[in-house]
Amino acid sequence: MKAAQRFYLREVISGLLLTGHHFFANMGKHLAHAFGRRDARGAVTIQYPEERRPLAPRLRSLHRLVRREDGSPRCVACMMCETVCPARCIYIVADEHPNPDIEKMPARFDIDLGKCVFCGFCVEACPEDAIRMDTGILEFSSYSRRGMIYTKEMLMALEPAGPNGVPRSPVPIPADRVV
Amino acid sequence: MTATLADFGIAFGRVAFVMMFILNLGGLLTWVERKQSAIMQDRIGANRASIFGLRIMGLFHPLADAIKMLTKEDFLPARADRFLFKLAPFVSVFFGLVAFASIPFGDTLRVGGRTIPLQAVTLNVGILYVFAMLSLGVYGVMMAGWASANNYALLGGQRAAALMISAEIAIGASIMGVVMWYGSLSLQDIVRAQGSLLFGWIPKWGILTQPLAFILFLTAGIAATKRIPFDMPEGESEIIGYFVEYSGMKFGMFAMADFLETVVIAGLTTSLFLGGWQVPYLYEAGFRFPWGGTLGLPHLLVVLLQVGAFSLKVVVMIFLMMLIRWTLPRFRYDQAMRLGWLGLFPLAILNIVLTGAVLLAWGSHP
Repeated sequence: MKAAQRFYLREVISGLLLTGHHFFANMGKHLAHAFGRRDARGAVTIQYPEERRPLAPRLRSLHRLVRREDGSPRCVACMMCETVCPARCIYIVADEHPNPDIEKMPARFDIDLGKCVFCGFCVEACPEDAIRMDTGILEFSSYSRRGMIYTKEMLMALEPAGPNGVPRSPVPIPADRVV
Repeated sequence: MTATLADFGIAFGRVAFVMMFILNLGGLLTWVERKQSAIMQDRIGANRASIFGLRIMGLFHPLADAIKMLTKEDFLPARADRFLFKLAPFVSVFFGLVAFASIPFGDTLRVGGRTIPLQAVTLNVGILYVFAMLSLGVYGVMMAGWASANNYALLGGQRAAALMISAEIAIGASIMGVVMWYGSLSLQDIVRAQGSLLFGWIPKWGILTQPLAFILFLTAGIAATKRIPFDMPEGESEIIGYFVEYSGMKFGMFAMADFLETVVIAGLTTSLFLGGWQVPYLYEAGFRFPWGGTLGLPHLLVVLLQVGAFSLKVVVMIFLMMLIRWTLPRFRYDQAMRLGWLGLFPLAILNIVLTGAVLLAWGSHP
């Protein structure tokens, strides 16, 4: 350690100059902003619930089940996603599809988001492109574990996100959610 | 001399002014701390507390904090010393509050034939009084550490005692130079003496006559407030410190005591080194500039200017202390001790010797 550093005072002053410069520069920008210069920003803060960062197009958000044109799920209940899921959060019960050309459809398709790790393997494994993670919805929370289980109907009602990842469907709320 | 109602009123007013000044400033410091640190770090800071949708830059956050702390559970550890545990925060805050009493916030106010000294208490040993109160404040911290029946709290209390001793010695020794230079222990006299001019045009403020003492005093004073970079008694990252067992408003009172001490140290630094209520070239009758101009001012305006100057200097000092608190990394315990005993204390002694030598060479008080 150099003698000048041991003396400490010089380093203290240079540090204070740095932080003081930040303070006054930011303060000036805040004041300019307050007096009408809308482009002057004194802080890098994004005020979250009102302002949102744009989401990357490849970001994995809440799942949705893709619908066919007649409104039935595109899913054929092949169990690929349930098999590949490392968190084992997908639960599928298969059923006959009314259309004889289509072999099966899910009677139940539950995702326990309390377990899901958002790895996206289910999307990759799906041979029918029936499950996607492009809703842009990130705020799903619940006071109970039960409330984190999202059913087939809820997942099928979701739409893909708009530009910049802004969600186009409301956050689905389980019917039996407590609070 | 019989004390009339007016005398009581004046005495009450003087105390009330100081009380309001320090309490409001101390309360506001939680907001200042949040906002100033935020602006220094390119953030915005707390701005969510609102009344009827009104936010006014987060100024309601101190209020929200107070409500939160008052309504929280007041926890008492099972093995704690009940009496001392409850007494400790009050001791801390009390001595923080009374320490400001002998710091003058103006010269004298003449109203209706009376001469009112603008100081809560006129003491001819004002400096000693402030130090006594600041040192007594550590008893609250030690009490809290001891009475909590918690090892970490005890550690924090011990560290506070050790830190306070090493800081107080440096403070006491560093202001000795100021006392020698201005030849008085009364803060009012020291501030008055700083009004005279050096070489006919430089105000003789303590920071110019005693620059080394200023740095030493500020360093030791920041140590006395127990805040970062000298936060060994709290040590958020290692021991939680003396208030680990406290909750609710009692915890809040310890935090408040820190802020009050910050205000006291700022006020003391202002009085000793920044000329107190002195405005450069402002005398009782108005401005008298060294280059010959004069500007007469009414008495009341002069007093207002003085009180305003004092408040402004205190606020600037608080800003500086906050800047230091949010800039420097914290000292390790042994580093703080080494700085106190091997750095500040010998330098303060050196300052005394130098001041004495200069005074001796000069012949009298310059």
